[in-house]
This record gives sequence, C-alpha cells and structure tokens, in this order.
Amino acid sequence: MNEPLLQVKNLCTSFKVDSGEVRAVNGISFNLDKGKVLGIVGESGSGKSVTAYSIMRILVEPGRITGGQILFNGEDIVKYSKKQMREFRGKRVSIIFQDPMTSLNPVYTIGNQLREAILLHTDRNREQANARALEMLQLVGVNEPEKRLKQYPYELSGGMRQRVMIAMALACEPDILIADEPTTALDVTIQAQILELMQSLQKKLGMAIIMITHDLGVIADMCDEIIVMYAGRICERGTADEIFYNPRHEYTKGLLRSIPRLETGHARLIPIAGSPVDLTNMPKGCAFASRCDNCMKICLGELPEELDINDFHKASCWMNVRQVYEEAAAEKEAESK
Amino acid sequence: MSEYLLEVKDLKQHFLVRTGWFSSKPLKAVDGVSFEIKPGETLGLVGESGCGKTTVGRTILHLYKPTSGEIIYNGQQITPQNIHKFRQEMQIVFQDPYSSLNPRMTVSDIVGEPLDIHKLYGTKGERDARIKELLRLVGLNSDHARRYAHEFSGGQRQRIGIARALAVDPKFIVCDEPVSALDVSIQAQVINTFEDLQQKLGIAYLFIAHDLLVVKHISQRIAVMYLGRIVEIADADEVITHPVHPYTQSLISAIPIPDPNTARARKRIPLEGDVPSPLNMPSGCAFRTRCRYATERCAQECPTLAEIGPGHRIACWNPHE
Repeated sequence: MNEPLLQVKNLCTSFKVDSGEVRAVNGISFNLDKGKVLGIVGESGSGKSVTAYSIMRILVEPGRITGGQILFNGEDIVKYSKKQMREFRGKRVSIIFQDPMTSLNPVYTIGNQLREAILLHTDRNREQANARALEMLQLVGVNEPEKRLKQYPYELSGGMRQRVMIAMALACEPDILIADEPTTALDVTIQAQILELMQSLQKKLGMAIIMITHDLGVIADMCDEIIVMYAGRICERGTADEIFYNPRHEYTKGLLRSIPRLETGHARLIPIAGSPVDLTNMPKGCAFASRCDNCMKICLGELPEELDINDFHKASCWMNVRQVYEEAAAEKEAESK
Repeated sequence: MSEYLLEVKDLKQHFLVRTGWFSSKPLKAVDGVSFEIKPGETLGLVGESGCGKTTVGRTILHLYKPTSGEIIYNGQQITPQNIHKFRQEMQIVFQDPYSSLNPRMTVSDIVGEPLDIHKLYGTKGERDARIKELLRLVGLNSDHARRYAHEFSGGQRQRIGIARALAVDPKFIVCDEPVSALDVSIQAQVINTFEDLQQKLGIAYLFIAHDLLVVKHISQRIAVMYLGRIVEIADADEVITHPVHPYTQSLISAIPIPDPNTARARKRIPLEGDVPSPLNMPSGCAFRTRCRYATERCAQECPTLAEIGPGHRIACWNPHE
C-alpha cells in the first residue's frame, strides 16, 4: 500500500498561560492521501485552526507542539530546522487564512507579494516570476490581471483578495493546501464562487486539501473525508455520507440537529445544552459528557476509545461500545435459547 | 388604525462621503425602501454586506436620522421629536455581544438602564424584581445580575442584550445579526429563545441576517435587499422555493446546504463579478451589471416593486420563473 502523503500521529499542541496549560490539540491522529479533500469541522476552540498552524509550524508564542509526529512523505517535520521549514512552507504545504482583509501586506503591491513566493521557492528569474504571477491570477479568475499586479490590497474587494491569496498559495504548486475558514468572512454568493474555484483547481492540479470550517454546509459536497473535532480531540471521522446520514457520536448528532434546514416546514431546532468546556480544566472522561443527553457513568470517568463503525467510519463515543455489548449479549441469549 | 404595527414608506438614508478636499458625494445606503410588519410577525431582511440592511434597522429606530421617507408605528408617524416615546415600544439587539455591552457595568445595571431612563419602577425593590424576572425570561440565572459582561460566554452575553431590549416591554425589536457571532450549537439556543419570546409576549421582529437558513427558519416573510433597495419580498417558503428575481435566485442557489446528496445534486447559479460601489451605482437597475437577463430597459429605468402573486412583490423588468 502507498504511504499517505501526510500522517499526523498523536499530535499535542498546548499554550502555557497564567491560568494553566491550554491543551488546544490533545492527541489527534489522521492521514491525508494524495489528491484527497479532508474536511475538519468544529466550533471555535475545538482546535481545528491550531492543528493547521501546527502542521505549518506557525504557532505563536506561547503555543508549542508538546508531542507527536507530523510525517510528510515519511519525514517528521516537527524535527525540521527553521531553514528547512522555510523550504517546506509554500513549496510543499501552503495555507490560506480566514481573513483576506488582514492577511495581505497593505504596503506591497499584489504583484510584489505574488512574486516573493515564486522567487523564494523556484529558480525562476524576475521576468519569469512575473509571468507566473500573471498566469496564477488568470487561473484563479481575477479580471484584468495585468492591472491587478500593480494594485495594492486595499484596492481590491474581499472576494478578489481571497482569490489573490489562493493564487499566492498555489503559485509553487504545493502538494497540500490548507484552507483555514477560507470563506467565513465572505458573502454567500462570493463564497460560492470561491468554493467552486477551489473545487475546480483541486481537480486540475490534483493537490490535497485540508478544509477547515465551522460550517457544515461548506464541506457537505466538497470533502472525501470529514473529521469532527471537539475540545482538541477527534470525536468522529468518516466519509461525508457517513457523517451526515449515519452520525455515531452524540456531539455530531447534536450539531446536525441544531442547524436550520432548507426544506419547508418549521421544525423547532434542538440545541446542544450548555457551553463548550474550559480547555485549561479538562474533565477526566469524555469532554462532551457535561453537555450530552445520553451521558453514562463511564463517560465521566474514562476517555472513550475510537471504535470502527465500518470501513469508512470511526467514532469515539461510549454509546457505540454499549451498543456492541448489547448486540453481543442479545446474540448470546438467542444462542442459548 | 391599520392592520400593521410598523409601516416604512420610501425610506431613504444617504450619507455624505468626502471624495476630495471640498467635494462630497451622497452614499445611498438605503434608497427607497418600503415594507410593513404586522403585530407579532417576523420579517427577515437578507442581503450581502453593504446592501444597507443594518442601516434600515437603525434608521427605523432613528439611530440615524432618515434622509427622507416615513416610518409609521401604530398609525403614528415617528419624528425626531417624539422618538423617545417610541423607544419604549421599539428596541434593538445588536450583532456583536462583545462590544455592545458596557464592560464597566454589571448585568443588573445594563438590564436596568432602560428601566431608569423610562422611569418604569416605583421602588428599588421593584427594579430588582423586574431585572431578575427579565434574566429568567431569557434563560439566565437571576444570581448573574451582580456579575460583569466579561464573565459570560458569547451566547450568554447575547441573552443579556436581549434582556436589555425586553426591559421596556417592547412590541417590536430590530434583531441585527443577533446570532452570526455565535457558534453553531449556541446559535440554536438563542434562536429558540427569540421564538419563545415571540410566542409568549407577541413581539414583532425585523430579523436582519446574512445567513439565509437562519432567516428562513425564524421568519414568516423575507425581504431581499441589493444595494439599498428591496428586490423581492414574499412569504419565507415562497422566497426559498420559488425565487423570481434573478438576484434572489443566485443567492438561494449559493446557500451552503448541510446535506451531501442535496448539495451534490444542486446547480449553482453563479454571479459574475463583485457588487458595484455604492458611491458609483449603475444607472437603472443596480443589479443589471451582474444580471444574466439584463436588457436595455434595465439600464434606463429603475424597476419598482410590483405584485406578481399574493403577497409576492419583486422589482425586475425581466422576471424568470
């Protein structure tokens, strides 16, 4: 079997603050294959962005990776030096951020910022880099690309800036594109444009994408696989169909019940009670236990293990273990009769 | 007396924007908006950023002085002179629960301020009792009254904002993106609170949001705005299932649907380009620069809202079903 492009093994990232250690990412593992789209969903504070920043190694102090491995093509990038990381970023893995308003440098022209990445990572000369920058802007569907190269970020609209960000991220043909809430700051019609663009570019260039979002609608038709995160841990993973139509973690179920649907009729929303856990003071057992309607004794005391639901679906919830036991018991009973 | 609680007629709000040392230009944030709200009804107002939906909400409450147009509440026209009286009837809940609560005031002062301003209590005991009642009404604990806003989570803060709006016992509340700053699981809690309060107290809402799924869920009717004008207004289900204005059609087709099969089967109607600058609006219909069906007439004349079905009005020269 082919080795996955990216393997994250038991990654832990924490922030030391006055009130204690915030375990933003608490031992997560996943694989990403070449050319696949992986969606990571979760609420604010679930650790999805910190996961992305850990892979790029762009955590801000006092954040640091405290354990685990991030293997890219079998090499552990956690052990990379600063220089090696500079080579790695942009060329191997690129990231686009949520806010296109603040992630471009306001005092350099678009052309200047696009060229920088190209000159740094490829052996093109200035002229070739310019041509490449122009080509990239055309690729992402920016109108009048020659004029845009000479403009500053403030002269462009939000959707246009996000296109420039994507062009910049893809200029060196990375193997993985991490999109951290790429459309959250944009209007719906612009969001549709950007998602469509990302889908078509992914097909054209064949890169892998990690799509991070809190919006279940954004990932529904885009992802091959979805990871649901809660309080720094993965609670459920599987194909889009499995997660949406056969959710097996109480949190995922609650999340799907609490969003309004387009279908006509007016069913009352069923919210998840309570509010997210305090990451400095994590409970011993399942982090979701305090908000869970089906909380059992074991949920409070022990962390649930990840259980295979089927070949495409895993969940970490004691309810599934209980179900397995009950089914086994029922079978035994039937046999003894 | 009319059947409507609130009538807005040809409301305009133009802001003067400096374009040079001595020159300025009107920015037509709201340019001729008319609608009605019945008692106890929710009208959803949707549109993309910059379309003027927030300005409509604030102008109704005279937080901005309208450039022209009429706002009629319960048959009486609202003017800058009598607005103080009407603020007992009309309130607002803001988008950002972090910046709309004064960090130096306790919850009881925040919720009690409208009571003080409108002198709605006789004794201090009555004031405290009313504050506790309000907090319970929005699902907060009455012990929370002595704490400060920073001690609460986003969802709880939004509830404090709601309690403040409810303090004067209003009949109409402008909800300006009240759930867009909240997490998905918390959103549902706050949406349910709004619905419960409407049932219990018969309040009418103008519910402003950009999330169409949320608006569809909570509203009886929906108005869609584009660049300062309403382009379509109808029953909520009608707008979602049978949008007629080309802009509404694109907007509905762009909603991210949290259901893989529906999402895969659906065809988006992409919109070309960006919203034009409100300082430099196209002639005629503002949407014509991005419209698939634009004709000459669209460039010359601006379409007005016309009825195409029971309660369904659109502003378009070439409607396509």
